Amino acid sequence: MHLLNPDSAKDRLRGADRKSGATVEQIFADGRLPPPSMDHLDELEAQSIYILREAFARLKKLALLWSLGKDSNVMIWLARKAFFGRVPFPALHVDTGKKFPEMYAFRDRFGKEWDLDLKVEPCPSIDAVDPTLPPAARSAARKTEGLKWALTKYGFDGLIAGIRRDEEATRAKERVFSPRGLEGGWDVRDQPPEFWDQFNASVPQGAHLRVHPILHWTEADIWAYTKRENIPIIPLYLSKDGKRYRSLGDQDITNPVASTASSIDEILAELDGTKVPERAGRALDHETEDAFERLRVAGYL
Amino acid sequence: MNMILPASVSATPNGTTRPQVRIVIVGHVDHGKSTLVGRLLHETGSLPEGKLEMLQAVSARRGMPFEWSFLLDALQTERDQGITIDTTQIRFRTRSRDVVLIDAPGHAEFLRNMITGASQADGAVLIIDALEGVRDQTRRHGYLLHLLGIKQVAIVVNKMDRVDFSADRFKEISDEISAHLIGLGVTPSAVIPISARDGDGVAEQTPRIGWYQGPTVVKALDALEPARPLEQLALRLPVQAIYKFDDRRIVAGRIESGHLSAGDEIVIMPAGKIAKIKTVESWPVTPLNGSHGAGRSVGITLDRELFIERGDVIAHAGATPRDTRRIRARIFWLHDKPLSKGDQILIRLGTRETRASVVAIEKAVDPGELSNEETTAIARNHVGEIDISLAQPIAADPYQENSRTGRLVIEVNGRIAGGGLVLSVDAGQRAVPIDIVPVESALRPEERSARYRHNGAVIWLTGLPGSGKSTLARALERRLFSRGGSPILLDGDTLRAGLNGDLGFSAQDRTENIRRLAEVATHLARNGHIAVVAAVSPSADDRAAARRIADASFREIYVATPAEVCESRDPKGHYAKARAGTLQAFTGIGSDYQPPVQAELRIDTSARSVSDATDDIERMLAETGILFDELVDLAANI
Repeated sequence: MHLLNPDSAKDRLRGADRKSGATVEQIFADGRLPPPSMDHLDELEAQSIYILREAFARLKKLALLWSLGKDSNVMIWLARKAFFGRVPFPALHVDTGKKFPEMYAFRDRFGKEWDLDLKVEPCPSIDAVDPTLPPAARSAARKTEGLKWALTKYGFDGLIAGIRRDEEATRAKERVFSPRGLEGGWDVRDQPPEFWDQFNASVPQGAHLRVHPILHWTEADIWAYTKRENIPIIPLYLSKDGKRYRSLGDQDITNPVASTASSIDEILAELDGTKVPERAGRALDHETEDAFERLRVAGYL
Repeated sequence: MNMILPASVSATPNGTTRPQVRIVIVGHVDHGKSTLVGRLLHETGSLPEGKLEMLQAVSARRGMPFEWSFLLDALQTERDQGITIDTTQIRFRTRSRDVVLIDAPGHAEFLRNMITGASQADGAVLIIDALEGVRDQTRRHGYLLHLLGIKQVAIVVNKMDRVDFSADRFKEISDEISAHLIGLGVTPSAVIPISARDGDGVAEQTPRIGWYQGPTVVKALDALEPARPLEQLALRLPVQAIYKFDDRRIVAGRIESGHLSAGDEIVIMPAGKIAKIKTVESWPVTPLNGSHGAGRSVGITLDRELFIERGDVIAHAGATPRDTRRIRARIFWLHDKPLSKGDQILIRLGTRETRASVVAIEKAVDPGELSNEETTAIARNHVGEIDISLAQPIAADPYQENSRTGRLVIEVNGRIAGGGLVLSVDAGQRAVPIDIVPVESALRPEERSARYRHNGAVIWLTGLPGSGKSTLARALERRLFSRGGSPILLDGDTLRAGLNGDLGFSAQDRTENIRRLAEVATHLARNGHIAVVAAVSPSADDRAAARRIADASFREIYVATPAEVCESRDPKGHYAKARAGTLQAFTGIGSDYQPPVQAELRIDTSARSVSDATDDIERMLAETGILFDELVDLAANI
């Protein structure tokens, strides 16, 4: 197990070391194209809304997984845009019971303010989880079990999840509509083709689909959009005593990174240069080469 | 040359205003796609800190020499087999834009994944091993780029180190692949000799390829343009859903091409119904002003209530898509079982889904082979042209006119099995004129409502023969007329004497009979009249279809007089004839009448006088917004 040392989060760029050759060519010739009527964030938003509406039209019983983090908050915002103010399906929080107090306060406040149909589902105890997994991964796998319980209890055929391709290599291979097996498992070797925004929405009896409306966003996109739309965030993301959380999970398996960014603008400036992966503070990603993949194949987000 | 620069020079925070271009790297297995991507990441300083060292350590532990491709093959299964099985996306940044590199698998086994990856791309890099030359998968990928509509393609001839950087070998490959692609209508933007492993030609020219004067890979990537939304084309808004979360009835969808504004006159295809856009709705600010262009996900309200459903396409009058039940398409096929003539399939075009059957197959070939032997079925990973007959009409364009509404996917057993381009659409036997432009009434519905003191409606009286439908309908007609309204009686039997004279009493004919009644009634309702329909209409499905056609103006009244009372009345002598065996297919004797479960009103005429029953109907119409008590100037609120 090798946890990344958060103090190594140097804001240093490899490019700066390279010989800056005498010529830096102008890549965009002026006037090559007229300015687009939609900017980058508009495009991301429009695509996510399209995906959310497709999911709502094609699946019978949907829920949105609300982890309380920056990504799922953006997702709820997008759902409110897609459906003109109200999210027409439940927001499901699979609660490990080990989140930060700030996260619970956020849930209680915005669950009401956003008029969400909030469903909180507890996770089973650690004993119910595959004992061969490394400790942090095993702890995180409780969430997978909690999710399975919730699926059985409510009979959802679609779960909307806020994962992104840029977070982690296995997530980059995800489909927007990703079929899961009866056990909630992900068969990465036999994913159906998906193109032209035509999605595979048929679910075998008893199985479910994961829907990923922000798969094409990046961490920086999330922050830039959060700022533009003025979406509330949990203060743990902002620097305090020289550290901040880039990604929020359970208290015991999430660590802050060194950062002085105390506003979204400063976060964006920081991300502009960083080489440290977003999930560096997530212990479970680093235990063994394949721990994260094993979790995902078993149905983790 | 240092052309791809790290982020330090960008003037704006990332993710906000920078253009993004998505580039897929395709080619035959083992020709070096992942190596090139790994090398590009290294050359551009885009690797996460520690990633290179971690993978070098992994390689050492496994006793393998380090490969650049390890950077991408993050899944353990892939490292074990040494091939990429699914698409990976890698981001890096140039001076002025963000680049998303999509590494697609080259193995024929994973063509579906290559298509998944390539379909998201604005441009492509097709990579060829200098030693092996053009292979079957090279040709297949080239063909698929054409079918996927990717027109910007750069060719990279890799592993030049293994042919001693021979200019002759390079020219040989360059000529072969250029001829192949140009034959498909794709002109390569560049053909570049490189060694991805050593770095020649990737970001910098080296003396070993001094004979080459063209761009490096990095420069070629920068010449690829982001795909632009199709704002210049005619409006196409495929309907995703109709939302009635509050008192608004919002038609939601994404504008695939063109643009729209409130006030636009639109046509809803394939039915050809016309309306005006009343508002463009949004959240948190609504309604929106101005013009909304291709790429936007929007919600609109219309100036009138008419039946519109998921799969319809909204266009501007005079520039509508075709309305068709026959399509010819050029497709690629990914399913294990070959596609054959007569196969039943499911077609998805835009948001429309319809059953279909394959009428004919032509030009079925393996695009990887040089000699194209045509067959009559399209095998897995092969392409061909098919004629499809659709179970219901759809709105479509040929792909040359609109790439978004000119492409379709085919589903088998709930899984996408193929896809392709619409070559032509054909009105088929229905002989619908291609450019129907329905003419709108000079009067707005609101003007009529203000005069009649009611909205348009379809009052649908259903019940057994002899239950009292016609009697009630006539009484209602008199009542509405005497209060200044405009009721019109549509009696099932009366219409069978004329408009529906060609129809009998088979299930199919009954369905058509109801459809025509509903269409005529809806037309009247749309123009402000109250159509009073009296028809046995025994089938719940047929009545549901009528409700769909009339939509919000539909009011169903179940005349639930007991069967024995109906038979004892027998006003037309039908029960007697049926009992005597001289009248076949008569609803009333037997159990073929399916009573409504959610009618707006239920009346038993054996227990209620005609006058009281008419009061009931009038009250229901007032309560459900058809009749007004007071005269209000509705037209003023438009």
